[in-house]
Amino acid sequence: MNAMKPLIPLILLLLVIASPPLPAAVTLESFTFPSKAEEQHFKDVIGQLRCLVCQNETLADSDADLAHDLRAEVYEMMKSGKSDQEVIDFLVNRYGDFVLYNPPVKPSTYLIWYGPFVLLAIAALLLIRAVGRQRQVREPEISAEERKRLEKLLGDDAGKGKQG
Amino acid sequence: MARYLRYLVPLAIFALLVAFLYRGLSLDPKLVPSPLVGKPMPTFTLTRLDNPDVTISDADFKGKVTLLNVWATWCVSCRREHETLVQLAKTGQVDIYGLNYKDNREEANRWLAKLGNPYVANAFDSDGRVGIDWGVYGAPETFIIDREGIIRHKHIGPLTIEIINDEILPLVDKLKS
Repeated sequence: MNAMKPLIPLILLLLVIASPPLPAAVTLESFTFPSKAEEQHFKDVIGQLRCLVCQNETLADSDADLAHDLRAEVYEMMKSGKSDQEVIDFLVNRYGDFVLYNPPVKPSTYLIWYGPFVLLAIAALLLIRAVGRQRQVREPEISAEERKRLEKLLGDDAGKGKQG
Repeated sequence: MARYLRYLVPLAIFALLVAFLYRGLSLDPKLVPSPLVGKPMPTFTLTRLDNPDVTISDADFKGKVTLLNVWATWCVSCRREHETLVQLAKTGQVDIYGLNYKDNREEANRWLAKLGNPYVANAFDSDGRVGIDWGVYGAPETFIIDREGIIRHKHIGPLTIEIINDEILPLVDKLKS
């Protein structure tokens, strides 16, 4: 047992590292839902929306004051029977496309939507060109005299086939 | 030429990358452009900060070029901005309205009594509902509204003398003429 003692801190450390992350400390205030499905639906909707205060958090995760208010607003709207699209439009009309984690396809976002494909196409073109050029590299031309000398130098090796 | 190309293309790509990254240094991701610019201001009816029995609404803004400044006593940058607003109000060049956002009525009135009151009137938005309609996400924010009640500009963050002279007043003058 004594031999184990120095290992204890290490084991504790490993336990801490290996333990699963704590469930996000939420925040779903005291909203009540008639069913589990509707609760999940609410969470799905706020999970798609970005909090403007803590910009890398969703509306579902953020503990910012505004996020609390907006969650309450979304909750009220959904309770009153508004569709997902109406809820999302409500927020986009006030805060802009920035609230969407999934930006809409429109001229100002073409670059983020299509840019990677353009880069991919350019890379493919360059690759095709590079391969094509490599094929074109021909054997250097040699004169008949040089060929004779070459065969002589290679001697028997030439007869052994493809090994050389 | 083809020989130079193999050096020039990577150099050009590198230069482009540097240009983008350099531009990125001066961009603030906290500044989100408002979709409300160019649109009629959201309607609202709230009580006045100084008098809970009197209301103030978007109709009070019509017919003149105005600023709407969103502020609160809990907002540190608002304190920094306040002196600038007081100075701007003294010039009499534009009417400044206030939206007192998610604040405490007594504290807000005390603040104005102590630091000076640059506002023609303040709307008291205690639960922040009107703030949401205006797309407020971080005080201080300042809107410029034209005679027809269309929002023409939104400034996010504290106003400074430079911003007022370079951005706010030129636009106000343009809208007045």
